[in-house]
Amino acid sequence: MKMTGAQILCESLVREGVEVVFGFPGGAVLPLYDTLPQYPQLRHILVRHEQGAAHAADGYARVTGKVGVCFATSGPGATNLVTGIANAHLDSIPMVAITGQVARQYIGKDGFQEVDIIGITVPITKHNSMVYKADDLAKAVKEAFHIARTGRPGPVLIDIPKDVFEEQANFNYPAQVNLTGYHPVMEADPLQLEKAAKLINEAKRPVIIAGHGVIISGAYKDLRELAEKSQIPVVNTLLGIGCFPESHVLSFGMLGMHGMAYANMAVDASDLIIAIGMRFDDRATSNVSGFARGAYVIHIDIDPAEIGKNLKVTVPVVGDAQAVLEELNKKVESQSRIDWVQQIEQWRQLYPTTRVRETEDLLPQYVIRQIYEVTEGKATIVTGVGQHQMWSAHHYWYDKPNSFVSSGGLGTMGFELPAAIGAKVGLPDDIVWAICGDGGFQMTIQELGTMVQDNIGVKIAIMNNGYLGMVRQWQELFYKGRYVATPLSNPDFIKVAEAYGIPAVRVESKMEVIPAIKTAIDTPGPFLIDFRIEPEENVYPMVAPGTNIGEIIKDPKCDDIALPGKQRL
Amino acid sequence: MAAIKHTLSALVEDKPGVLNRVSSLILRRGFNIMSIAVGRSEIPGLSRMVIVVDGTNTAVDQVRKQLVKIVRVVKVTDISDESIVSRELALIKVKSTPETQSEIIQIATDVFRAHVVDINPESIMVEVSGDDDKVNSLIELFRGFGIIEVARTGLIAITRGTLGPLWRQESEQS
Ligand SMILES: Cc1ncc(C[n+]2csc(CCOP(=O)(O)OP(=O)(O)O)c2C)c(N)n1
Repeated sequence: MKMTGAQILCESLVREGVEVVFGFPGGAVLPLYDTLPQYPQLRHILVRHEQGAAHAADGYARVTGKVGVCFATSGPGATNLVTGIANAHLDSIPMVAITGQVARQYIGKDGFQEVDIIGITVPITKHNSMVYKADDLAKAVKEAFHIARTGRPGPVLIDIPKDVFEEQANFNYPAQVNLTGYHPVMEADPLQLEKAAKLINEAKRPVIIAGHGVIISGAYKDLRELAEKSQIPVVNTLLGIGCFPESHVLSFGMLGMHGMAYANMAVDASDLIIAIGMRFDDRATSNVSGFARGAYVIHIDIDPAEIGKNLKVTVPVVGDAQAVLEELNKKVESQSRIDWVQQIEQWRQLYPTTRVRETEDLLPQYVIRQIYEVTEGKATIVTGVGQHQMWSAHHYWYDKPNSFVSSGGLGTMGFELPAAIGAKVGLPDDIVWAICGDGGFQMTIQELGTMVQDNIGVKIAIMNNGYLGMVRQWQELFYKGRYVATPLSNPDFIKVAEAYGIPAVRVESKMEVIPAIKTAIDTPGPFLIDFRIEPEENVYPMVAPGTNIGEIIKDPKCDDIALPGKQRL
Repeated sequence: MAAIKHTLSALVEDKPGVLNRVSSLILRRGFNIMSIAVGRSEIPGLSRMVIVVDGTNTAVDQVRKQLVKIVRVVKVTDISDESIVSRELALIKVKSTPETQSEIIQIATDVFRAHVVDINPESIMVEVSGDDDKVNSLIELFRGFGIIEVARTGLIAITRGTLGPLWRQESEQS
């Protein structure tokens, strides 16, 4: 059957199970947009800026585990996607970005709205390709989805010239993908597994570092089995939050620059690191040469290039985390490591970094904790980048995967609002909170319009400190308190919300916190709360950049303690 | 660990943009490409790319693994420690006079087994092939006469023996 390129693309997306697309139209994709009404199965959500489309697709992909899809026109539309694509690349998010390109006859002539988006996105995509003929479109889409979702997931971009959307071709959706150079390794080498099991069985002070890969591969049960069977304490990376229940007795929270003191101390004192689906990013390891100096390292990852990239590894295990752990669990002996677990538990009691100071001031930690209490820990929390991100990691407790959505690798301010839109579209029945910095919020503030037009009921909490807080904290600690370009003069966020038609309240004291959170949840549709938090509150604990992970800076103000630390099962 | 010269042999799909993808990746990981040569291989649809880079063993291994991740790249092997035959082709145009002409021809043909491919009253063009040391030495010798133009292909290399290492079953984990 003959179809236009645009119809072929839509048919192919339907075959891939796509239900929603985030996008923004323009000349080069007009034929595609003109075809969309023929495919009511494809819900199109009009964002206000293409960066929002990419982040929304990203948020959608994270919470659903499906491939997020976004559309943009050629030139400026395509370049506006770039930050969102890079974000998805660094966090291994399955995404397919479709960009329009100028018609074939104009390619290479610097015509109106032409950019080489293929060239621009080579370093930030898992794969990309331009489709020169409508005949090749179905195959390109099939391959794109396959590459995006298999192995180590990532973003794939397809660039389609305007006249290819209009060209007629036969539609044959390929049943299979045949890529000569693409064969992700799923099953681990038995010999390596044997060595890993031996190291685990012999270790006295092992620690598991669980990363995003555990969530991506769905290895929660297997991870839990490994930890429990062998009584190994588990710490997680920022993006590993939720892959192991934080209320579990063996959970010791996040490690790294703003990790829990006891998590970092455990890693520092360990004799074996079992790293699963994490990549020893410098925010997690700090000074890598001072990282876990007394430990052997088992590194389990689906991407062979991650192994040995940042840290020397004793036993490399390439494979899917779920498949690897399932096999490994058969070889690992049951044992009790009570002394070691108790040792870390003692550190946890001594350095209770998840407690909140007692004061009349409106502390951000207190606000996050109340959101946790009111939502009973069942909400999906989407954050921007900065202090509020770390407070959200510290003071909300995550027991299920994908309940914490955050930009880890790229650290993209402005991620929160559009990613929360994507998350809410993916989980319409869940409560989704966008925890925003006042700085980051203004980077994608226009997506309030998207929320209203499509009635996407995201609850927004702005942690308004009047500063680019995290950068101000660095200026305070490492630049002698010179606050250059970090104080913010903000608009009245309540009026901004109301201008968009979103109900909003301002919260300036502790006693208003819980009622405001409840009102937000009880009000249908989007709702915004502007929390006027203590302006110069800092994130602790902290490991100064370049120092060793065990050299922890504690909160100088945190002697008096009100709320208890995280509860155990 | 000391930086040493590594020769990587890659089989890549014959698709637009592959060379760009490979070179931009190597560049992004902070490597200096000393030479890169690409042409059709014995397998239809696949090209062989020979890349010479400078780096420590660990760093070059990292580049190799990153290259394998490119979807259009089928296989990459570091053949530096293999027994290999490597060649570079160069065309060198050198100034000549009736007095120097025979000397130039003699150096080229007797010492370097090069071919003279063009002669003119004022210049001689020579074609030479060999490893880059050999090409470099010839260019050095010709400098005395005055070099007009040089074009070099970059190194190509293949392992000795019946089976190339690209087809050896090797664990990606090592
Ligand atoms: C797009 C982008 N630009 C700059 C930065 C550098 N940066 C990291 S945190 C931060 C401050 C964030 O301020 P805000 O959004 O108000 O959050 P807060 O730290 O106050 O919670 C900045 C500027 C970044 N991460 N992303």
